[in-house]
Amino acid sequence: MTSDHAVDIDKHVRIYITVFVALLVLTVVTVAISRFHLPVHQAVTIALIVATIKGSLVACYFMHLISEKKLILAVLALTVVFFIALLALPVVTVHDGFWIH
Amino acid sequence: MEIPYTVELRRDTGLNNGKIGIWLFLASEVMLFGALFASYILIRTGAPVWPRGDTILNVPLATFNTLVLISSSVTMVMAWASLMRRRLGTFRIYMAATILLGFVFLVVKYFEYSHKFETGLFPSTNNFLALYFTLTGLHMLHVFGGMCVNAYFLGPGSKLWETNPEWFTNRVENAGLFWHFVDLVWIFLFPTLYLL
Repeated sequence: MTSDHAVDIDKHVRIYITVFVALLVLTVVTVAISRFHLPVHQAVTIALIVATIKGSLVACYFMHLISEKKLILAVLALTVVFFIALLALPVVTVHDGFWIH
Repeated sequence: MEIPYTVELRRDTGLNNGKIGIWLFLASEVMLFGALFASYILIRTGAPVWPRGDTILNVPLATFNTLVLISSSVTMVMAWASLMRRRLGTFRIYMAATILLGFVFLVVKYFEYSHKFETGLFPSTNNFLALYFTLTGLHMLHVFGGMCVNAYFLGPGSKLWETNPEWFTNRVENAGLFWHFVDLVWIFLFPTLYLL
């Protein structure tokens, strides 16, 4: 193992610890916000924003997406498109098939 | 016959086969949980009333479990970093910690489930509980599956280290990607079910 490689891994480990602390803090924040009993729309929005930040930290640093090859990012981008389409389906039903009218 | 592209990178993808394989699998997993989240949205928005999760579920226990799972993600990535530093002994400690934390998560879920059943709350009781048990049950299966894979790499699978350390490191990285995905799913499940 070269010394450069060792330094590189040490840098990664420091980032992992920082992300870990951030995730712990954000978990506490999520629970704390829920204690305010905000209206549903606000509560859902804030909870999803915090969860998305936490999820992004896990994906970018623990799953190394921040330095991953373009092919994997392309696969995931396509997945995100279909995932959003899937979540949008219930919205379409709520509007009672607006495309028909 | 030797498995191709376990360590060396393919010229067309720029990746080893294991890496692209695990990411394609995780993409399919996103769609699996996506379908269940879509069901949740559909059922919740269609219901005239919906209970707040914290009136039925145990938030302190779930918060504890969230911290446990986040900690297990850190020990998992540290296990991989130990292999990158060529330290098998340290890898074993972190991997054992990851499995132990996964076990703690399942034990806590066992107590949560038991309490629900004792108080007459079953998946058939209402739509909220049906979604709760389906989503958390599927997630628990993933935790158990990840623990089995991790236990293999802690035990018999680690023999590969002696003959091909790079391949073993790649396999542990891929197992880690699955484990982090399981953590990521819980990060969204926790507020969705327990806090909203």
